[in-house]
Amino acid sequence: MTKTLTIVVVEEDRDRAIAIVDALKDACACDVFVIGNATGLARKIAAHAPDIVLIDIDNPTRDMMEELTLASGPLERPVAMFVSSAAGGMAQTAIEAGVSAYVVDGLSPERVKPVMDTAIARFAMVRQMRNELAETRRALEERKVIDRAKGLLMKAKGIDEDAAYALLRKTAMDQGRRVADVAEALVTASGLLG
Amino acid sequence: MKHVTVPVAYMPLVDAAPLIIAQEMGFAEAEGIALDLIAAPSWSSVRDMLAFGRVDAAHMLSPVPVAMAMGLGGMSTALSAVSVLSVNGNVIGVGTPLEDRLRANGYGFDFADPVAAAEALAQVRDGPIVFGVPFPFSMHVELLRYWSRATALGADGIVIRTVPPPLMANALAAGDVDAFCVGEPWGSVAVDEGAGALLLPGTAIWTFAPEKVLAVRTDWAETEPDLTGRLMRAIWRAGRWLADPAVRPTASELLSRKAYLDVPPELIDRALSGHLTVSARGEVRQVARFVEFHAGAASFPWRSQAKWIAAQLQQIHKTEPFDPDRIAHVFRADLYRAHLGAATVDMPGASEKVEGVIRHETAVATAGGGLTLLPNRFFDDQIFDPGAAK
Repeated sequence: MTKTLTIVVVEEDRDRAIAIVDALKDACACDVFVIGNATGLARKIAAHAPDIVLIDIDNPTRDMMEELTLASGPLERPVAMFVSSAAGGMAQTAIEAGVSAYVVDGLSPERVKPVMDTAIARFAMVRQMRNELAETRRALEERKVIDRAKGLLMKAKGIDEDAAYALLRKTAMDQGRRVADVAEALVTASGLLG
Repeated sequence: MKHVTVPVAYMPLVDAAPLIIAQEMGFAEAEGIALDLIAAPSWSSVRDMLAFGRVDAAHMLSPVPVAMAMGLGGMSTALSAVSVLSVNGNVIGVGTPLEDRLRANGYGFDFADPVAAAEALAQVRDGPIVFGVPFPFSMHVELLRYWSRATALGADGIVIRTVPPPLMANALAAGDVDAFCVGEPWGSVAVDEGAGALLLPGTAIWTFAPEKVLAVRTDWAETEPDLTGRLMRAIWRAGRWLADPAVRPTASELLSRKAYLDVPPELIDRALSGHLTVSARGEVRQVARFVEFHAGAASFPWRSQAKWIAAQLQQIHKTEPFDPDRIAHVFRADLYRAHLGAATVDMPGASEKVEGVIRHETAVATAGGGLTLLPNRFFDDQIFDPGAAK
């Protein structure tokens, strides 16, 4: 019989961490631990002696993981960034999904695969949600700037809101720029002249 | 002419300047390329993006490609350092508790003497001093180890932990680290946040330490020789542009943009001018050649530099003996000659040099005229002979 896998997930966001843990527990017989705070990360991970560590590829604390890849690090068994050729293009898929996996030396690919499949699917979903959220935020931010620019034009030229927007849009089209960029330039310039 | 876009990964640091300038000041465009500069969240990410082909070139810590060639760390893709992007530019600093104890002992924070700084630290410590660095394979680690071994600190007198610089202030506050070695602007950020004081510039330990390199996949350099050459020339011209003190305000302004470093230009100017504020009390120190992008053949990837880095890595990680010539070939003096030879660069005659022997600026004859080599000296006057490296 094989020993239960121990997996550590490094993730600050609680909801996201729970979603990943739930998915992993459904997919394999494993113990999953979450580490949320970067302070003393290497030591905290080492305390669990994990077989696999999963971390968002954009997490800046990834560099702290790098110490665990050295045999002289605090973990007895060195881990390696998951690049096993036995698993084919899995490393590439993982990176595209936004997850980096560190796998303990000597763990067989058959045991790693179900964990990775699940992690890749889950991280890809999280990434997509995050992109959508960032997109929404950006749109909201741009809307605010455009509103301010409209306000400035209405006041300066004594025109109504529709005319102000039409002017912004025409300027943008003439200059081959986005309306939001023209609005931002106007708001900045007005701030300087203000 | 349709421009070819070259994706390039970098960390938002002052020494990414040659890449940012190459794109912003038109040096890339003049070579018919456009740099798609991708700011990375971590050094691991820079390395992975390059190794997996997400980008074709990267701003990289000089020891990373050497460590990879030695089988250290998690990745083994063959990388080539085709040029050195910057020489020096790091600072060593201490957190507020250590700063207070040093001051109580009368230490003056001269920001110059590494022997006196080590003695002062050795007097006030109550155990090994924990230094935070950005990455395990970095000039930061190699300089700290070199310094501690040869001074009152002692080889076992320091512990090195990896802490991403944006989290350094937190790590200091949590007592996770006592001190740090980082690249600018992070030292100045720590000072301005009141997290600590700067003790030494990296140049006080080695006056000519190759800090960042322009790294590409070795097979990419082979299959895309034309693009490699265009990229190298654009970046070399950006480095030459940066060498003129008159451009500093422009350079600081460009680097400070939100898309790049996103810190005030004044903070960046400190590193570019070597005029550093070393403590929250506003003490200012001037450092000659704090960071160098061009003068003294700064961008030449000396094979002896790769050998020095490898010798340090071997000592730190107790690796198996390695073939020094194979490792030296990670620093591609051959490609530098091939691609920059026509760009009227004053090319050094040799590709290896004895590191640590140049005490003063020295003029040497080259095919293209004259080249002035800058001081290349270790603080303890050791010399490193690459021919004798085992």
